[in-house]
Amino acid sequence: MTEPTPRRVDPDVDLRVPADRGELRAHPAVVLGVIAAGGVLGALARAGVQAAFPHPPTGFGWATFGVNVSGCLLIGALMAVVTTGRVPPLTRPFLGVGVLGGYTTFSTYVVDVRQAAAAGAAGTALAYLAATLLGAVAAVWVGDAAGRLLGRATGAREGETATGRPGADGARADGGPS
Amino acid sequence: MTVLLIALGAAVGAPLRYLTDRAVQSRHASPFPWGTLTVNVVGSLVLGALVAAPVGPAVSALLGTGFCGALTTYSTFGYETLRLARDGSRLLALVNALTSVAAGLGAATLGYAATRALVG
Repeated sequence: MTEPTPRRVDPDVDLRVPADRGELRAHPAVVLGVIAAGGVLGALARAGVQAAFPHPPTGFGWATFGVNVSGCLLIGALMAVVTTGRVPPLTRPFLGVGVLGGYTTFSTYVVDVRQAAAAGAAGTALAYLAATLLGAVAAVWVGDAAGRLLGRATGAREGETATGRPGADGARADGGPS
Repeated sequence: MTVLLIALGAAVGAPLRYLTDRAVQSRHASPFPWGTLTVNVVGSLVLGALVAAPVGPAVSALLGTGFCGALTTYSTFGYETLRLARDGSRLLALVNALTSVAAGLGAATLGYAATRALVG
């Protein structure tokens, strides 16, 4: 499969994607505003989960683990829908950069690993470090697969109503079931 | 009150991540996510320093849970790692994962040690 623009690597902002490149200059206050608003919602959700499931210094940080892995599942699904389906313009800045970026955290992850190791629980520290890393990448993969199905379904439906029949006629002219 | 402080920290941290990412990524042409690595390492350094400091719950909520939590991100990091691997750069994906974790841990440890040295 070839695509005219390079495939996105960074879900927050990939400057090789034309829409990302121009969005800040076009609407700086709106873009930064929705990112801030989303970040607040995500951070409060994370704080709520962490307050509900506290862990001792030597323990496994299940709350942050759950937050980071579920956030990765959601970014995988979100970006698949954003790139394959049709979504409102501020969907990525608000939900991806803001909500999910604010919800997940890298700093608490490494600080908890350091704390567990320093408290003498090296095994827990290593297990938490590896489980989050592997769980996160696996979760993005699962989310991406689910999101592609969803995006393809919505994209195909909208495509039919938007472009009408000519494309489909051309495609079916060579031997498709009539 | 805690909720407001977390919200305030996150309202600054999340847009700052976006702006830093843009600024860093505009300075090179490779697909390697240096921007995300930068915010994650800086946020880990600040949080590492903060947890060793004799600060109250208000400062922790504002700077730790709010600012550092929203400045750093695991979702963006996880997505980029998978994306690099999928695009045929498995080595780059592995380098990104290992560098982020090692640099983040190093930064948190450095921040922690620096604060301990300062406050005794």
